Amino acid sequence: MTIPSILFYLLAALVLGATALAVTRRRAVHAVLYLIVALVGMALLFLLLGAPMLAALQVILYAGAIMVLFLFVIITMPEQAPGFEKLFRRRWLLPLSLCLVVGLCLLPLVGSDPAASIGLTSARLAPRTFGIRLFRDYWYAVELVSLLLFVGLAGALYLGRTAKKAGPPTREESR
Amino acid sequence: MIVPFGHVLILAALLFLLGACCAVARRQLLMILIGVEIMLNAAALAFVAAALHWGRAEGQIFALFIIAVAAAEVAVGLALIVAARQRTGSTRADDFNRLRG
Repeated sequence: MTIPSILFYLLAALVLGATALAVTRRRAVHAVLYLIVALVGMALLFLLLGAPMLAALQVILYAGAIMVLFLFVIITMPEQAPGFEKLFRRRWLLPLSLCLVVGLCLLPLVGSDPAASIGLTSARLAPRTFGIRLFRDYWYAVELVSLLLFVGLAGALYLGRTAKKAGPPTREESR
Repeated sequence: MIVPFGHVLILAALLFLLGACCAVARRQLLMILIGVEIMLNAAALAFVAAALHWGRAEGQIFALFIIAVAAAEVAVGLALIVAARQRTGSTRADDFNRLRG
């Protein structure tokens, strides 16, 4: 066992544990906080797998911006009584068993693939080459993503605007 | 050598299944969105591992696009949740079972 492989298994256990905790928390605040831990662990995994640029973006965008957005929404919304949603009742059985079946089918498939047993050699894609490849070969995808982000911004602004005047039945509902 | 390629794929699959369980079984809209986030991140991990396995940069570039799409999706999803909360006073998926034209 080399040091990178020990690090990988440690980080994998941390990410899996934090995600499992996040999924089963009853309050959304706790779930988001555990999810931040999982996402930072995932960023370290990216660093280990030779993607320093993506690791930085993961911390800045995912663990920073997106999760802070979640926290803001949770803060501004008064929390509903959390006691109602009991975990591990019968309603969990069906989705859990479906996921178990998918997982049990998937593990031998991954195991039987000859490429799966080849060890990953450590390599590193420098942020400079990453950016050059991105903007030289995939500039149209970057443009599409920027369009998508703009549409998301416009949609969020529109939804926030209409949500404010929702008190009495408005004209657009009677339309 | 770090680890076998399959181990990273198995980790990504387990994370994806956890996220799918969360998205399917939880009743709060916020938790459903969190489940979708977990699934997207697991897919990004699989892409990064594949990029390392085949020595190509495309996997990492696609993982960047996954992160961007997740950001746009969260912005719209959270705005929808806030709008639904202000219209109906509830954030539980069970309360949105009526279609009104």
